[in-house]
Amino acid sequence: MRVVIELDVPNDVRNIERIVELVSRQIRELDFPARACSLNVPVALSEALSNAMLRGNRDDHSKHVHLRALVDHAALVLEITDEGGGFDLDRCTRDPTTPENVVREDGRGLYLMHRLMDRVERYTDGGNVVRLTLKRP
Amino acid sequence: MSFSITKHGEVVVVDVEGQLIVGNRQELKQKVLDELEKGERKFLIDFTRTGYIDSSGLGVLVSLSKKIREQGGELRLANLNDDLKTLFELTKLDTLFQIADTRERGLQSF
Repeated sequence: MRVVIELDVPNDVRNIERIVELVSRQIRELDFPARACSLNVPVALSEALSNAMLRGNRDDHSKHVHLRALVDHAALVLEITDEGGGFDLDRCTRDPTTPENVVREDGRGLYLMHRLMDRVERYTDGGNVVRLTLKRP
Repeated sequence: MSFSITKHGEVVVVDVEGQLIVGNRQELKQKVLDELEKGERKFLIDFTRTGYIDSSGLGVLVSLSKKIREQGGELRLANLNDDLKTLFELTKLDTLFQIADTRERGLQSF
C-alpha cells in the first residue's frame, strides 16, 4: 500500500503543528514504529517546515510551502518545498554539541533533522526542496 | 500549547501542555520573563504533558536559563519523557540543564 499526501500550506508557522499531527497520524495508522511517530517525524518535519517558512520564504505570509509525504512498505519520504533560492545544506549544518555551540540559542534544527532521519537532501526543483527519508525498520 | 504557572514555596512551577515549538515558544519565554521581572528567582518547568519540542523550543529554554542565571536565579526541568530525554541527549543539552525525574525531586533540588 502506498499513501501520498500533498498539501499547499500557507506560510505561517502556526500551521506547523496541525500539519505534523496529520502526517504523524497517517504513519501511525500505517504501523510505523511508535518512536518514529512521536519523535523522529514530528521534530524533523517541524524543523523542515519552520526553516522553509522562516528562512526560505522569509516569513512572508503571501507565500506557501508545499509538502509531499509518501509512505509505502519501505519508507516515509517527506519533500518540503519553499519559494526561496536554496541553501548549502552541508555548510549550514553545524554541530551544536561542542562546548562553544551548546550554549547557543540557535543552530540545532538541521542537526536534529540529520540525527532523526535516515537521509536529508536538498535540491532545486521549481523551488527549494528539502527531502527527508525515514526507512521502516 | 498552553501552560499554567503555580507557586510552590519559593519556586515558580510552569507546566507546559502540548508541544513547545516555533509557533508558541515566545509565549512561554515572555511569561517566565514576566515572573523574573516580578522578582521570582527559582523556576521549575514541568514537561509531564509535553509531546515534543523543536529546536526553537530548545533555544528558548537555553535563553531562559541564561537570563535567569544572570539575575542570580536557577532553572530546573522535570518530567521529560523518553522522547524528550533523547532530544536533550542528542543535543547535549542534558549537560546544560539540571533535569529531575519528578516534580518533587525538582522542587527539592533547589
